[in-house]
Amino acid sequence: MLELKNITKSFNQRIVWKNLSLKIQDGQILCVVGQSGGGKTTLLRCISGLERLDKGQMLLDGQPFDPIASRNNDAVIGVVFQDFQLFPHLTVLENITLAPKLALKESNQTAVEAARELLTKLSLADKADLYPYQLSGGQKQRVAIARALAMKPKILCYDEPTSALDPGLRDKVKAIILQLKAAGMTQIVVTHDWEFAQQIADQTFKIEPQKQ
Amino acid sequence: MEYILQILPSLLSGARMTLSIFFWTLLGALPLGLIVGLGLTSRFRPFKAVLRLYVWLMRGTPLLLQLIFVFYGLPMIGFTLERYPAALFAFILNYTAYFAEIFRGGLQSIDPGQYESAKVLRLTYWQTIRKIVTPQVVKIVLPSIGNEVINLVKDSSLVYVIGLGDLLRAGNVATSRDVTLVPLVLVGIIYLLMTAVLTFVLRKCEQHYSYWK
Ligand SMILES: Nc1ncnc2c1ncn2[C@@H]1O[C@H](COP(=O)(O)OP(=O)(O)O)[C@@H](O)[C@H]1O
Ligand SMILES: [Mg+2]
Repeated sequence: MLELKNITKSFNQRIVWKNLSLKIQDGQILCVVGQSGGGKTTLLRCISGLERLDKGQMLLDGQPFDPIASRNNDAVIGVVFQDFQLFPHLTVLENITLAPKLALKESNQTAVEAARELLTKLSLADKADLYPYQLSGGQKQRVAIARALAMKPKILCYDEPTSALDPGLRDKVKAIILQLKAAGMTQIVVTHDWEFAQQIADQTFKIEPQKQ
Repeated sequence: MEYILQILPSLLSGARMTLSIFFWTLLGALPLGLIVGLGLTSRFRPFKAVLRLYVWLMRGTPLLLQLIFVFYGLPMIGFTLERYPAALFAFILNYTAYFAEIFRGGLQSIDPGQYESAKVLRLTYWQTIRKIVTPQVVKIVLPSIGNEVINLVKDSSLVYVIGLGDLLRAGNVATSRDVTLVPLVLVGIIYLLMTAVLTFVLRKCEQHYSYWK
């Protein structure tokens, strides 16, 4: 369980959100919704250790948790960025195996086997040797999901998973997110797509823009 | 023809000096340039200011002056180098600055999201530089580096001012001794051959990196 307690974040004196508290139960899907500019991405970046909180605390399974400092412990938070940020010079397979090999010190064989399994689950088995520029938006997203999952995170976060996709592909992402939920993954989905959120969420959290 | 064969050995030994300056300068200046380039993009201001000053000095003054300074000037303050190491020292110092600027541009064109995505995948800083950033930067900077590499072949002729026997000097000596243009023409041809080979190699390198976009 991840718990955020009275967290506050500002950029140059401008408050993004203040005294925000939130709990995410294991195996559930939390959707963070709100208007553009409300600070959804910023929340995700704080949880994944890309930004530092001004105030407040994060607890993981009751223990204080600092994603910035915990970089060398077990993988905790996985992130699927809005623009995926695949590594353009690596094949799909290499994109997925790179971090397990370097950060988790997995052998090449272990990493490749795990990656192939993930690719099969995400119906990308035949794309292993392609480069990101050869993939469609939806395929890139699935590679990004596989890459994050290969690090065996406790929680997987998505930033606007439907924004870069054709409407028809929304159902496909939804299916993947629900498939991962069935497998027990805890997920945080940040989106301005209220309808999408309602379809998948166990819990929604609305971020209101701050009155300055 | 006979004359050509007669002077060819001395020209080729000059060419060997040219190539050795070329080779060792590249070997030193490319990695150093990458490191200085990284420094130029760092957030640590005083450090960046020092590197900027260095790059400005190296790019703002003639390489010829730097060469003379290292070989004739530094001994006056008690720092004496032999001709060949002095030449290499000046060349590496100078080319590192040019390469650093090229690498800086390449580094700054990498999407910050690439660093962040490496970070959440828990790669260390150096792993990110090695495995994620460098390959992308190399592809971007290759054409500009190629230009400098070709320049370096020709710039290496400047070592004649500190009395090193490079290709140009060999040709010059033969021309003034035998009062004929033939050696200079040969020198030109040898330079052209060297740059042609390099142009070919550089094009191959660029092709090698064209497997991704
Ligand atoms: N690095 C930053 N520096 C300054 N302001 C920022 C930075 N990142 C985000 N902001 C500001 O924080 C607010 C929230 O942004 P963001 O989290 O991206 O919102 P959302 O994802 O909900 O659209 C915006 O007003 C944005 O301009
Ligand atoms: Mg956003």
